[in-house]
Amino acid sequence: MSIGAEPTTTHRTKGPKPAKPDKQGKETNGVGQDRRAKTQGKWATLLIAPTLILLAIVILYPVINAIVMSLQHDQGLDPVTGTFVAGGFAGISNYIGWLFQQCASPSGGTQACSPGSVGSQFWSATYTTFFFTVITVVLETILGFWMAVIMARAFRGRSALRAAVLVPWAIPTAVTAKLWFFIFAFEGIANKLFGTAILWTGSAGPARAAIIIADVWKTTPFMALLILAGLQMIPADVYEAAKVDGASAWQRFTQITLPLVKPALMVAILFRVLDALRMYDLPAIMTGGANDTTTLSLLVVAQIRNGFNSAAALSTITFLIIFIVAFIFIRFLGANAVESAAGGKGKGK
Amino acid sequence: MRNSKRIAPLAAVSVLALALAACGGSGGGSGGSGGGDAASNLTDRGPITYVQGKDNSNVVRPQLDKWNAAHPDEKVTFKEQSDNADQQHDDLVQNFQAKNASYDVASVDVIWTAEFAAKSWLQPLKDKMAVDTSKMLPATVKTGTYKDTLYAVPQASDGGLLYYRKDLVPTPPKTWDEMMGMCSIAKAKGIGCYAGQFAKYEGLTVNVSEAINTAGGTVVDKDGKPTVNTDQAKAGLNNLVQAYKDGNIPKEAITFQEEQGRQAFEAGNLLFMRNWPYVYNLAKTDGSSTVKDTFGVAPLPGKDGPGASSLGGHNMAISAYSKHKATALDFVNFMTSEASGKFYATQGSLAPVMASLYADPELVKQLPYLPVLKTSIENAVPRPVTPFYPAVTKAIQDNAYAAIKGEKPVDQALSDMQSAISSANS
Repeated sequence: MSIGAEPTTTHRTKGPKPAKPDKQGKETNGVGQDRRAKTQGKWATLLIAPTLILLAIVILYPVINAIVMSLQHDQGLDPVTGTFVAGGFAGISNYIGWLFQQCASPSGGTQACSPGSVGSQFWSATYTTFFFTVITVVLETILGFWMAVIMARAFRGRSALRAAVLVPWAIPTAVTAKLWFFIFAFEGIANKLFGTAILWTGSAGPARAAIIIADVWKTTPFMALLILAGLQMIPADVYEAAKVDGASAWQRFTQITLPLVKPALMVAILFRVLDALRMYDLPAIMTGGANDTTTLSLLVVAQIRNGFNSAAALSTITFLIIFIVAFIFIRFLGANAVESAAGGKGKGK
Repeated sequence: MRNSKRIAPLAAVSVLALALAACGGSGGGSGGSGGGDAASNLTDRGPITYVQGKDNSNVVRPQLDKWNAAHPDEKVTFKEQSDNADQQHDDLVQNFQAKNASYDVASVDVIWTAEFAAKSWLQPLKDKMAVDTSKMLPATVKTGTYKDTLYAVPQASDGGLLYYRKDLVPTPPKTWDEMMGMCSIAKAKGIGCYAGQFAKYEGLTVNVSEAINTAGGTVVDKDGKPTVNTDQAKAGLNNLVQAYKDGNIPKEAITFQEEQGRQAFEAGNLLFMRNWPYVYNLAKTDGSSTVKDTFGVAPLPGKDGPGASSLGGHNMAISAYSKHKATALDFVNFMTSEASGKFYATQGSLAPVMASLYADPELVKQLPYLPVLKTSIENAVPRPVTPFYPAVTKAIQDNAYAAIKGEKPVDQALSDMQSAISSANS
């Protein structure tokens, strides 16, 4: 009970926090609290330990292993026996190779990677990855919001609509990709339907458009659902109050819905951004990476078949890129979320 | 909100880490020398495992039943992989890398043999382990050979055929130039003239290699060094580039894999098509096929005779880590025997490796294209035999694709190809 009371008091009275509870609280009920806290701490450690160990095994070990691997040269061919031999320590040359697009040259040194090698595609793949991410996430956010607003309304057949909207999300991405691959074939439905003769997978613009359409179709429901969850958190009386005050529908949307749904929206966007930065299935199946649709993930997989160690370096670079994006996003998102919560309280009439 | 903020980065990290783990796990040990493994267990017998991709036409299990009934102490277990070639490749790599003794005999795609052999994962089939390949079509044996040593025994082959509309062209063209000359017939009919597999994937490597080999060039030499900066190679690639530019290869063919080409041909939209033998039965029987009785097959058109087809198919290899290699060798001989080849052909329409089967009246009756296919395989050149195949095929695809689309001059494409391949080799 005392524990339950504690947070509210500290929360309310900001200034006179119990600065040193150990000394102060020895006479009062703080003693029991302290002990409980101690045993709680032990228990917590014990209970969390399995998770931490598991995470260390499945996250820490592979990451470290990948980094260690990335510091080795790829296996090379012994010209006499024709068998592969270990490449030896490489330092950061694999990383430099990717970032500056340097490949091994026959004479022994390095040269600029020739077109048609995996190494020559790093920066174009990075650009493609971000291009897809920005366009798809923007489209999915707008469409998802729209769908969520519709689904949040009370009307006949609402549950049927919600179930229907989820269908694209429920289909495995590889299946989706194959479906769209057929749709965008030259003799496919897309061309038949619109009476066009576009080579969807034959040049960069249409190929990218095709992938974006497929991705938006597939993942908008995910956005819609997360935003819908956010919308349902908003109590109805806030809207009623706004109506009483004579706010228009647009004002209610911009002044109430948007700020209150923002935290959920931001998390949804973050998830989608991270997801989109790892995009693999759609381009792999629809275009095979042809016509400037090679994403970083495609490049990693292509490199794995050529040599694990360079691939490990590339995965690590990809990991860092996505990590930095996530980090920036979370800082940015965290600041905003706090701000909007405080701002919302201030503005509320 | 607080929680989700914390969870988000954690989730991101864990997902990424899993992705990294996938390659971390498979890359642990480096190849090392397999010398010790290749020399051991040569005379040991016992139960073994056979690994192959998805058995779509149900030919493997009946064969294994036959073997197991005759060899109760040396039973073979079937480990079926997925039907995706890349996944089969990666599965084999992971298990060989881990020196998994339970992958005794594996079905290896013709383009993987050199890579696996160079990694010392495959048992060299010489001396005690020698296999008689004298009755097999020589081109198929080449696909299982690396550095003059046989590492894998051809089991099923595949070669390109020229499908043509015999109602429009009574005699099929013998040469590329002759075929291009016939394109006016297609133009008059308002249909496309020629298509192969020109989308950017493995099929493009097949088609470009065929063009280069047919013109007398080669992609790589005996040591795996690139040889595409020659006049012959240039003439070969130029044939495709020019045909695409002239419209003899229709624009949409740049997006064609096997299936799109087949559909276009069956719809009557193509005069000539390069494709694999599997199309034959489909074009004869498909409900949507409009060319059931009006198409024929011929060897690929060449420079002055039949063209040089690329080869498909699978070889059987014994793992260097197998514990029962004597059994494995017997099993490989059993699976690549003439009787097995015939069963594979009748049951699964798989192209035989044994030369004699192409004249088998029973088989020819069932698969009328066999004599043509024999010509195709006899003149075939395997796709580049190199341990760096993934890099080589990418170099071919990227540069040939750009050249065919007209984004890059042929000379430039070939010199880029040359340099990308030689860089991969070093």
